[in-house]
Amino acid sequence: MRAVISVIGKDRPGILAFAANECARRGINIEDVTQKVLEDIFTMIMIVTIPEDKHEYHVFQRELEKAGEAQGLKIHVMHEDIFNAMHRI
Amino acid sequence: MRSDYILETVRMIDEECLDIRTITMGISLLDCADADIDRSCEKIYKKITEKAKNLVKTAHDISREYGIPIINQRISVTPISLLVSVSGGDPVKYAKTLDQAAKDVGVNFIGGFSALVQKGMTPGDRALIESIPEALACTDIVCSSVNVGSTKAGINMDAVALMGKIVKQCSELTKDNGCFGASKLVVFCNAVEDNPFMAGAFHGITEADTVIHVGVSGPGVVRQAVREAGADKPMNEIAEVIKKTAFKVTRMGQLVGSLAAERLHVPFGIVDLSLAPTPAVGDSVARILEEIGLETCGGPGTTACLAMLNDAVKKGGVMASSSVGGLSGAFIPVSEDEGMIAAAASGVLTIEKLEAMTAVCSVGLDMIIIPGDTSEETIAAIIADEAAIGMINNKTTACRLIPAIGKEIGETLNFGGLLGYGPVMPVKNVKPDVMVHRGGRIPSPIHSLKN
Repeated sequence: MRAVISVIGKDRPGILAFAANECARRGINIEDVTQKVLEDIFTMIMIVTIPEDKHEYHVFQRELEKAGEAQGLKIHVMHEDIFNAMHRI
Repeated sequence: MRSDYILETVRMIDEECLDIRTITMGISLLDCADADIDRSCEKIYKKITEKAKNLVKTAHDISREYGIPIINQRISVTPISLLVSVSGGDPVKYAKTLDQAAKDVGVNFIGGFSALVQKGMTPGDRALIESIPEALACTDIVCSSVNVGSTKAGINMDAVALMGKIVKQCSELTKDNGCFGASKLVVFCNAVEDNPFMAGAFHGITEADTVIHVGVSGPGVVRQAVREAGADKPMNEIAEVIKKTAFKVTRMGQLVGSLAAERLHVPFGIVDLSLAPTPAVGDSVARILEEIGLETCGGPGTTACLAMLNDAVKKGGVMASSSVGGLSGAFIPVSEDEGMIAAAASGVLTIEKLEAMTAVCSVGLDMIIIPGDTSEETIAAIIADEAAIGMINNKTTACRLIPAIGKEIGETLNFGGLLGYGPVMPVKNVKPDVMVHRGGRIPSPIHSLKN
């Protein structure tokens, strides 16, 4: 099962490291990363493998989104199927 | 996976109010019918609380995992008039049972305190209809609907006259509570049996025992897409933009619906791809019409824009899901739509214009607040007009009118929450009494020689 993590916020050093660290701490494997800075706004998308255990996944989601909030970042963790459904025929 | 697609979806949810408006479980209560009304209520309570016990939790789980807001969980049931016909007794008992069962499983609304009387009324139908005002006043989340006409059967004018009185009584009995009784009652023509949206949802007798329907929303997303297309694009290109957006939104509904059905071990019914507004800024159908190029919704051009919007939404949605149903199109409830409220308050949007709009969109005169002293005959006549539009045009139409008891034109009535608020709108004060009191039936229309 894979999830998409999107991180959006004002650009500054260490955002990528912060998100990667949060994943590593929980044993979440990062498969792909793209990031861009547009007019001071940092945007990053990570594709990660998520635990099969639903409870574990929910905890990861909640904690990462909360940690992001504390850093002034908007983080969403969403199942990849939603993007496949919406954007692929 | 392209990152611009991912960011587009995130933006739709975060900034443009994209959500799954409702997951609605349809439950058949035919097997609960009993000649003893108390036995019947017992069976109903047991069946609903058993079938829907995991509905709310499943919706929350899916919402969490997929990152999509799912706003409401609801239940629709077999029209209760059928059970009243078997059991007799006071139909209010059924309403209280539904209210309790729905509260115990944690859903927001339960619909199906309904009767289908387009051709005639059984004693059970009549008993149910006459109990609606009390049933809606003494329950919190029970919704009621009555179908008074259809293209095949014509319009039952006895039922129309009765509903004029019932709508008024619903408001009067709840006048200390924002007249909310009338906001939970819909009078239909050509009612659909798989509608997941309230207040008009019921579980038709041709449906399976238990099904899951999903209603998606997304006026904000459509408006943003139209805005990005720019003001210099021809109408056909705007229709194309709306179609593509509706496609994406519906795909999300399809995914969520099939997931919910799978997890609840219940067959998947339909996706209703309606643009359902809320009073929140950025979640308005009126603002889409204005974005297409009208100064204010309700002015000349409104009907044309709405016709195109409604059609484009259907076209996009039909491509996205193999089981589109329900009402599917654009909703135009006045008090639930920030742009409609503003247009009505400014006087540009009138009931007469709304009536024209209902000829080209998916429902009818919805959540319209009228003066409290409007006569029951006038209300019945508005219902008849609306039903005639549905009957002749082969479409669903409905009336959800709220007489604001003790209030006059221009004053505001506030329901709170998703039901919103709105100004009391003027109704032409001329008497249709003789026509309404004739009763009888308007015969069904001819199906050839169409012009």
